Amino acid sequence: MQGTSELSLDESALDLSGSKRWREEIIKGILFLCASLSVLTTFAIVFILVKEAGIFFQEVSVFDFLFGTKWTPLLEPRSFGVLPLVCGTLLVVVGTALFALPVGMATAIYLSEYAPSRLRSILKPLLEVLAGIPTVVYGYFALTFITPMLRSVLPDVQIFNAASAAIVVGIMVLPMVASLCDDTLRAVPDSLRQGAYAVGATPFEVNMGVVVPSALSGIMASFVLALSRAIGETMAVTLAAGATPRMTADPFVAIQTMTAYIVQVSLGDTPAGEIGYQTIFAVSALLFVITLFMNIFSSKMLKRFREVYE
Amino acid sequence: MISPDLSRRYFKAKVFHLFCASVAWIGVLILGVLLFHVTREGFPWLDMQFINDFPSRFPKKAGINSALFGTLWLIGFTALFSVPIGIAAGVYLEEFEKKNAFSQFVDLNISNLAGVPSIVYGMLGLVIFVRWFGLEESVLAGAMTMSLLILPVIIISTREALRAVPGTIRQAAFALGATRWQTVYAHALPQAFPGILTGIILALSRAIGETAPLIMIGALTYVAFVPEGPMDEFTALPIQIFNWASRPQKEFHELAAAAILVLLFVLLLMNSIAVIIRHRLENRNR
Repeated sequence: MQGTSELSLDESALDLSGSKRWREEIIKGILFLCASLSVLTTFAIVFILVKEAGIFFQEVSVFDFLFGTKWTPLLEPRSFGVLPLVCGTLLVVVGTALFALPVGMATAIYLSEYAPSRLRSILKPLLEVLAGIPTVVYGYFALTFITPMLRSVLPDVQIFNAASAAIVVGIMVLPMVASLCDDTLRAVPDSLRQGAYAVGATPFEVNMGVVVPSALSGIMASFVLALSRAIGETMAVTLAAGATPRMTADPFVAIQTMTAYIVQVSLGDTPAGEIGYQTIFAVSALLFVITLFMNIFSSKMLKRFREVYE
Repeated sequence: MISPDLSRRYFKAKVFHLFCASVAWIGVLILGVLLFHVTREGFPWLDMQFINDFPSRFPKKAGINSALFGTLWLIGFTALFSVPIGIAAGVYLEEFEKKNAFSQFVDLNISNLAGVPSIVYGMLGLVIFVRWFGLEESVLAGAMTMSLLILPVIIISTREALRAVPGTIRQAAFALGATRWQTVYAHALPQAFPGILTGIILALSRAIGETAPLIMIGALTYVAFVPEGPMDEFTALPIQIFNWASRPQKEFHELAAAAILVLLFVLLLMNSIAVIIRHRLENRNR
C-alpha cells in the first residue's frame, strides 16, 4: 500500500476503454480470490475440527476429556482423559524453555549489542541453517545422539524420554528465539543506550538494566511464539519421547505428547469413524486452540512493543 | 583513582560480555556436531545402489529411489499450486487492497495461519482432500496440503518484497497512463522478484522437510514404485527417514542418516540455485 496510497488515484475517472477496464476488473477478481483462500483455510480448519471433534464429544463429555487423568482410548477399559498427553507436552515445553530461552536470549544480546558486524554476518546465516534443518532430522539426532549421551551419564534414562526430546526441540527453536529477540533489541532506540552510558553505567548495566527491560514485551512475544512452536512440534517428539501417555514430572522416562499421539493413531490401524480414531480430532482441536491463543497473545505483545518505539 | 566498586562493576561487565560471546556459538557448535554425526553414520551407505533401489527389509538392499522421486513429484506440484496463488494473494493485499477492516482481518488471519502447527494442516488435508475430494493418498492430495501450509510464507514474503519497491516507480507508470495491473505486472513485480524468489525457496525448503502432514494424509512408508502421475500413491524422503529412524536396528538408523544426507543435499542445492538466480537478477535490475 505504501507506494500507492499517497497517490489518491481515482481510477474510475480515467477514460479506460471498455475491454481494458474489464480486464482490470477480472484480474482484480482473480487476485482477490487467491487472497481469500487464506481466510477460507482458517474457516476450513475450524470447521473440520469442530465437526469431527463434535462426533467425539457426543460420546465423551468435554469435562471428562479435559480433566480426566487416564488416557487409554484404544484399549479396554477405555478412558479419555487428555491430561497425560497435556502433561507430556508440558514436560517437553518446559525443558525446551529451560534451554532455548536463556541461550537464545544471550545469543541475541551478543548479536545485537556486542558482535562486530563481520562476526554477525557469519553467525546469523549459520543460525538460519540450523533453523532450516527438517524436524525429522532433529528426531533422528535425539534418538541416535542425545539419548545415548544422556544414558552414558545417567544409566537409568529410558530409551525414549522427554529430556532428549526437549533438548532437540530447544535446539530447533533456538534460532527463532535468537533472531526474534535480536530484532527487538535492535529496535530499542540508541538514545536510551547513550543516556545510560552518559550517567556512567557499564555495558552490563546498560544491557540488563536498560536495553533488555525496554524490549521486554517484544522479548516475551518471541518467547511465547517459540514455545507455541514447541507445542506443535511433532516429528522430534514422536521419535524421541515415546508413546506412553502418563502423568509424570520425571523427564527421563517415556511419555507421549499430544502431537505424538496423533501420529501414532494415524500410523496405526484404528478404523476411521471409530471413537478411538475420532480422538485425534479432539486432541488436534485442543492443540489448535492452545497454539492460537499463544500466537494471538504474542502478536498483541509485539504490537504493543512496536507502538512504543516505532 | 578507580574505586574497588567500579572495578567490580567493570569486571562484571566483562564476564557478561564473555558469557554472551561464548553462549552465542552454542547453536553453531550443535550444528557442527549434528552434521558430523549424520555424515559419520550415513556416508558409508551412500552409493548408486542406495539411490536406485527401493525400500527393503534387508538394510543392504534398501534404497530411496521411490522416496526421492516422491519428494520431487510432491514439491513440483506444491510449487505449481502455491507459487502463483501465493504471489497473486500477496499482490492483491499489497497493491490493490485499501487499508480497511477486510485487509486487517486477512493480515491477522495470515499471521495466525503461519503459526498453526503443521500437523493440523495434515488433519485439514486428510478430511478435505483425501476424503471429500476423493483424492486418496495421492501426490495431488499431499501437494495441496503442503501448498496450504506454505502459502502464508509466500504471501508474507511477496508483500515484503513489494513494499520495498519505491513508490516513485509506480507513480511514474501511473503518470504514463498505465493501469494498476500494468504497473504491478510490468514494474513492481520484476523489481520485487528477487525477494519473492527467496521467499519461495524458503517455503519450498520447508515443504521438502515437512513430515507430519504427509503422515496424516496417509502417505505410505513402504512404496516400491515411482509415481507416474499426480493420482499415484507416494512416499517422501522425510517419511522414509522417519520410518527407518523409528526401527530398533542400528543398520536402519544408518540408512536414515544416509537418507538425511540426501535430503540435506537437495535442500542445499535448492538454496544455492536461489542464491545464484537472486544474485543475477539483482545485478540486472541495477
